[in-house]
Amino acid sequence: MKKSICLYFQVHQPSRLRLYRFFDIGKDSHYYDDFENRTILRRIAQKCYLPMNQLLLETIEKHKGKFKVAFSISGSALDQFDRYAPEVTESFRRLADTGCVEFLCETYFHSLASLSSPAEFSHQVLKHKAAVESHFGVTPQAFRNTELIYSDAIGEEVYKLGFKTMVTEGARHIMGWRSPNYVYTHDFEPKLKLLLRNYALSDDIAFRFENRDWQEWPLTADKFAHWLAAAEGDVVNLFMDYETFGEHRSAGSGIFDFMRALPDKVLADKTMDFQTPSEVARRHKSVSELSVPEPISWADEERDVTAWLGNELQQDAFNKLYSLTETLALLNDPQLWEDFGHLQESDHLYYMCTKFFSDGEIHKQFNPYDTPYEAFINYMNVLSDFMIRVNDALAQK
Amino acid sequence: MRVLMFGWEFPPHIAGGLGTACEGIVKGLAANGVQTIFVMPSASGDEDQSATTIVNASDVPVEDFSETVDDFLDKVKFVRIGSNLKPYLDVEAFEEAVENEKKGQRKEFRVQYGQKYKFSGKYGANLLEEVAKYAQVAATIARERSGQFDLIHAHDWLTYLAGIAAKEVSGKPLVVHVHATSFDRGTDDMVDTRVYAIEKRGMEAADRVITVSDLTRNIVINKYGIDPAKVVTVHNAVDFSGRGNVVAERGVKDKVVTFLGRITFQKGPEYFIDAAAKVLKRTKGVRFVMAGSGDMMNRCIRHAARLGISDRFHFTGFLRGAEVQQMFALSDVYIMPSVSEPFGISPLEAMRTGVPSVISKQSGAAEVLRYAFKVDFWDVDALADDIYALINYPALSHFAGAQGYDEVNNLKWNNAAAKMKAVYESVTNTQ
Repeated sequence: MKKSICLYFQVHQPSRLRLYRFFDIGKDSHYYDDFENRTILRRIAQKCYLPMNQLLLETIEKHKGKFKVAFSISGSALDQFDRYAPEVTESFRRLADTGCVEFLCETYFHSLASLSSPAEFSHQVLKHKAAVESHFGVTPQAFRNTELIYSDAIGEEVYKLGFKTMVTEGARHIMGWRSPNYVYTHDFEPKLKLLLRNYALSDDIAFRFENRDWQEWPLTADKFAHWLAAAEGDVVNLFMDYETFGEHRSAGSGIFDFMRALPDKVLADKTMDFQTPSEVARRHKSVSELSVPEPISWADEERDVTAWLGNELQQDAFNKLYSLTETLALLNDPQLWEDFGHLQESDHLYYMCTKFFSDGEIHKQFNPYDTPYEAFINYMNVLSDFMIRVNDALAQK
Repeated sequence: MRVLMFGWEFPPHIAGGLGTACEGIVKGLAANGVQTIFVMPSASGDEDQSATTIVNASDVPVEDFSETVDDFLDKVKFVRIGSNLKPYLDVEAFEEAVENEKKGQRKEFRVQYGQKYKFSGKYGANLLEEVAKYAQVAATIARERSGQFDLIHAHDWLTYLAGIAAKEVSGKPLVVHVHATSFDRGTDDMVDTRVYAIEKRGMEAADRVITVSDLTRNIVINKYGIDPAKVVTVHNAVDFSGRGNVVAERGVKDKVVTFLGRITFQKGPEYFIDAAAKVLKRTKGVRFVMAGSGDMMNRCIRHAARLGISDRFHFTGFLRGAEVQQMFALSDVYIMPSVSEPFGISPLEAMRTGVPSVISKQSGAAEVLRYAFKVDFWDVDALADDIYALINYPALSHFAGAQGYDEVNNLKWNNAAAKMKAVYESVTNTQ
């Protein structure tokens, strides 16, 4: 049996908040920096989504179905595409039409609902599933949670929602001596298969590609294909942000050329081929169940959820936000639901992270605020206004 | 009576309350028939000069005058700020180093003759250097205008050296005005010794020391060892003329309890947060606002988050001009829980807007405000109690608001300036 190379790309754009001051509370309930969101999305569409989609499309056509990838596109990103760059939606649809692209399901708003409320979680998963169906005409079969957050409890919920495959992080503290290059199953739901990210090889592309201090620089497709061939196991899962291509790593770094050449090199080696997550789960037997009592993720050195819930600011914001879940369930107000969703985007909590020393650089790269405190103040002001609206709506009922 | 006054800032470009107080003082003095020449390091030209003549120290070249440089240096003994700390020198090498330093000092000083020094007039990194340079310029000004004043008045430590230099050159009496001391900026065991030294020198060289409250007077006497006989308290006032009533549209229906000021240890912000948490346990219809910025801000944000009250406890960051008025107009209760506050003008501003205030007993304002609620800064229970009462019992807040409004409108700079004039007379007449 051939070794499966599984590429999955994460596509997400948050709804960045505008500067929202105390004085705005109760007066103005528009929370988003539309100009900023539009500008960033248009920029990334030009630098990444459109050229990379085109590259993938050409590569798929060239290899006549042998090159395959998977995407997970958050609902927040889909909304922004529809609003600011419909040509991006269109180009993803062309990729979907090739039949060589799998679309994964996730929480619509790229949220941390899995850590708070099963009801809210399932609501968002079903909302996303419907969005993928309406955008791309396919029903997602495999699941990925926000930032690859996973635990036994989350896996159980995902299985209940009908998914048989889930992707997550091959976190060192969970894996121990075991390799991520095999298929595993949920601790006590044997029908839910787990695909684990090979973080070393994934990060070679996503983080180290441009690093000239890295002894392996420059990374060529030849070299990387060789590493893939040499990797022990049934499968190599390469999961990364889609924005790696052209945005985090500029075109000038050669990242596009690398990705154009890689499929040739991999397919030239007859021991490997490309598979999507669902195909990997079907092809390979599970070697063992995996017990993950505490949530893991793909973020930071810790591979846990402390990038979002590591300090008291984040915890207070998180608790205050999700304390509204039950109240909102009583209200039938689409605008409130919409705002509730956008306020759940994990990015807002990420901006409040105070882990400056280990992974601060990466955090900074994605942060529109100067300090975590500013992020917190702004978010809580918005949330305060939102809570007033929720309470007013409840009082009117 | 003519006064040569040294300040650091003057409205409209101000960083703190000092400039505002100086404006009130010169206007009050003018009303009492006292003329002032107000010197400041960096004037922008848009200051209101109706009550005083503003001299911009940045425009004054340091002039050569008949005495030798050595003579001048001897007289003024201005503080030279240099890094003369060199470890492990033997006696001879040390002697040599000191000589070189002296030579360099003379040389540097000669070079500066005829030159202007561009003051920033801010509170930046080279503050001590600016303070020393300001003294040089002050000496020049005092010489040039020697016939134009009877007395020198210097506001806060930044200008004390200038005051001393002017006194040495002119021989006129010096009054220093203590708006704040090092002990209000740091804690007892953490004062800036360089600043303390300048403050002490200024107070010792002065013929009279004016303090803004009895609280500050006690500090001057006890911590600086100044003769009580020459320390006089003149409480601050506040000038509301030309101030319209700001009407702010309220977004929130809840009561708003406000803290406004620098978020530093001295202002007691954490007592406010603790009191807020206690009040929120009893009632929900209230929001707390901490307006301002400072080195304790982040710590306070974490503190509020830890108490789980962030949805009802808001931070606005630094507020400017009209936003401050707007904030007062939006408030139902104003809180000043200062650990140490020489005077504290902000509750007066609040009460002028009709907002009842709770202030700490450790503030100078507590000495003059009868209709403000007073608690010990550390007494969080008492603070919470007062807040609860003011937001829940309308009769109380109406009474406190109305009485407080009348009270602060009667605190006039004219009255304060009359007391200052008496202080001036006490030193000019003895000479």
